Amino acid sequence: MESKSLKSRYVAPVALPTMGALGKTGAWRVLKPVINYDKCIKCLICWLYCPEGSITVEEERPVIDYEYCKGCGICANECPVKAIEMVREE
Amino acid sequence: MSGLIKVFPREEYILKGNASCPGCGAALLLRYVLKTLGPRSIFVIPACCTSVIAGPLPKTAFKIPVMHIAFAASAATASGISEMLELQGKKDVNVVVWAGDGGTVDIGLQALSGAAERGHNVIYICYDNEAYMNTGIQRSGSTPLWAWTTTTPSGNPRPKKNLPFIMHVHKIPYIATGSPAYPNDLISKLRKAKKIKGFKYIHLHTPCPPGWRFDSAKSIEVARLAVLTGAWILYEIENGVFRLTGPSRKLLDKKQRKPVEEYLKLQGRFRHLTQEQIEEIQRLIDEEWEHIKSLEGEKL
Amino acid sequence: MKVEILTGNWAAAYGAKLARVNFVSAYPITPQTSVIEKLAEFIDSGELKAKMVRVESEHSAMAAVIGAAAVGARAFTATSAQGLFYMYEMVWWAAGARLPIVMGIVTRALAPPWSIWTDHADFLALRDSGWILLFARNAQEILDTVIQAYKIAENDNIMLPVAVGWDAFIASHTAEPVNVPEQDLVDQYLPSKKTFSHMLDVDNPFSLGNLAFPDSYMEYRWLIDNAMNAARRVIIEADKEFEEIFGRSYGGLLEKYRCEDADVIIVMMGASSGDGMDAVDSLREKGYRVGLCRIRAVRPFPVKEIREIGRRVDAVLVIDRAVSFGIGGILGCEVKAALYSSKRPLVFNFIAGLGGRDLNAEFIESLTRRVYDVLDGKAEIKEVEWVGVNPEVVEL
Repeated sequence: MESKSLKSRYVAPVALPTMGALGKTGAWRVLKPVINYDKCIKCLICWLYCPEGSITVEEERPVIDYEYCKGCGICANECPVKAIEMVREE
Repeated sequence: MSGLIKVFPREEYILKGNASCPGCGAALLLRYVLKTLGPRSIFVIPACCTSVIAGPLPKTAFKIPVMHIAFAASAATASGISEMLELQGKKDVNVVVWAGDGGTVDIGLQALSGAAERGHNVIYICYDNEAYMNTGIQRSGSTPLWAWTTTTPSGNPRPKKNLPFIMHVHKIPYIATGSPAYPNDLISKLRKAKKIKGFKYIHLHTPCPPGWRFDSAKSIEVARLAVLTGAWILYEIENGVFRLTGPSRKLLDKKQRKPVEEYLKLQGRFRHLTQEQIEEIQRLIDEEWEHIKSLEGEKL
Repeated sequence: MKVEILTGNWAAAYGAKLARVNFVSAYPITPQTSVIEKLAEFIDSGELKAKMVRVESEHSAMAAVIGAAAVGARAFTATSAQGLFYMYEMVWWAAGARLPIVMGIVTRALAPPWSIWTDHADFLALRDSGWILLFARNAQEILDTVIQAYKIAENDNIMLPVAVGWDAFIASHTAEPVNVPEQDLVDQYLPSKKTFSHMLDVDNPFSLGNLAFPDSYMEYRWLIDNAMNAARRVIIEADKEFEEIFGRSYGGLLEKYRCEDADVIIVMMGASSGDGMDAVDSLREKGYRVGLCRIRAVRPFPVKEIREIGRRVDAVLVIDRAVSFGIGGILGCEVKAALYSSKRPLVFNFIAGLGGRDLNAEFIESLTRRVYDVLDGKAEIKEVEWVGVNPEVVEL
């Protein structure tokens, strides 16, 4: 197997900042958090406690990024008004 | 909490889609630490869960410069970086060690002690998930009494090594403990540390769902109960003066502390405990709090 | 240009000072101590503008130097034997992270039993690490090679750390007259340190040293090998350019002494090569056409140069101050490996001088004459022979 020639500008083991460094981790989920926006009081505690940072704030509302959400369930567990339900993935 | 949420930066410096387990306490703490210390920080990360969480070459989840380094070497590496940055006049760059309990309390202790004694301008953060989690849940010097680990299958026979107090005798200007369940408390401590020149040590309780054996949804709940039962104490030692912080302040009164069983029963690593062992843990916590009564507000 | 009476260790400190090193971190160990003590004096007096971190172990010394180099320091450290082996994992880290660090190794035997005297086992244990390895034989060469080392290490096509070795006591603590170059000439030869692509910088965030799966790890080692092979020419050029400015050079990878018409060549490394050269002179007077090759670069190994010699001599004797148990002297094995795909003379490998045992000119001469006896059919020597061993010493 022939070795290709080097075009990289880094000879040292350098890694560049990348979203999804391990891929689309949403595929890990068994349970999926679903926000009921009628109940949601926009306190953003779910955004604060999400270990993945896969809840973003859009127009002051929490929005879950299902491409990366690993389904840990912390948001549902911590929501003060129980507006988030963990639902089985299809 | 709403105050913090309003002002906390929205930008993430640890990017989603990284290799952390669902519910990982370390990943959550990293979000807080990075947002508070900001992008003008160079992190030194020894072998630990985060070495893997960062992701494989050529990608990394970190949006700030990171020097990955060998297990025992983080404090010494940070010493070199901080001295050079000082020589280069780069006063506004934080040099931060982000190390697990293994790389701090055990194999990294010598370098940590040396760096603290020399007083380099470094923020050393130990995220303590109370075992060698990255290699599969083996016991560390920070594993609590009677906890199950793979190398202590019938329970860890020794109490946890008290690193913050070991750091105190190095005469460093600032030491603090923190918990992801109390972000306000943690963030105010990080902000304080950022402003102090010298060696700062911060020890963070880091719930680990696979290692402590609990449902990943309960990470914050477990961390909260650790504090409310008095098993994990929130305090700072600033210029040698000991001060309880956050919810720990009112726990000097035993009646305010929840029974430790409420914390232990949530975790599979304590499932095998006998009634005697639970009582022993409770007694040790009570004794520690008696001792803290004499420390509170005092110069140690 | 001043002439000062300097020990080998002081010469190394002067070399680092003239190279405008700005970060030093080291842990004391005999016989390295006077290197770092002299540097501490230079830094304390302000003669050298540098940060010195007095770490609590050698492992931390290399870690500190790695940290500093990663943010752009021109960094220096020094150690020996036990200290080197304590920092060993970090030594490999420095090469893997492609950091242009220079380290002095005052070669010393390994314990147990305790020994502070010269032996090459510690230096040669670096040979697989990715470090460029250069061995100096006297105080002048030590000073000059420390300066050359930075020029080589910081070359854009190299970016590998360089270890400069010299013998405990024979070189490190022997005082000799040394030409100390002028600072502005050194600045001309070695410009100030540039930034490099993998230097950590908050304005351009990336990580250094992440996890690599099996599909990418090998390529990083391949890159080191490429750089190491490219280093041959860079080392030779650095030595030539040094000669143009300072009037001194050391043969690049291999110093040849009276080898042009030799039929037998002695191969040695280090301070005792000087005694070897005395032996060559003495033998030449007696009519033997003998020469000596002093190995200056262990890595990259002077394969071409050894093969060129191998093509035109009848025998080579390698005198090794280090052994790889169960196969032979370390340099002996390397020489044989280099000669394998080329015209091969007889190779005799003598293990001698371990733990500081004396290697003088008469001794070297007697070994060489035994080789001539073999060529004349009058004697036999084993492929690998330990010389001067006295079993009575260990019969308690």
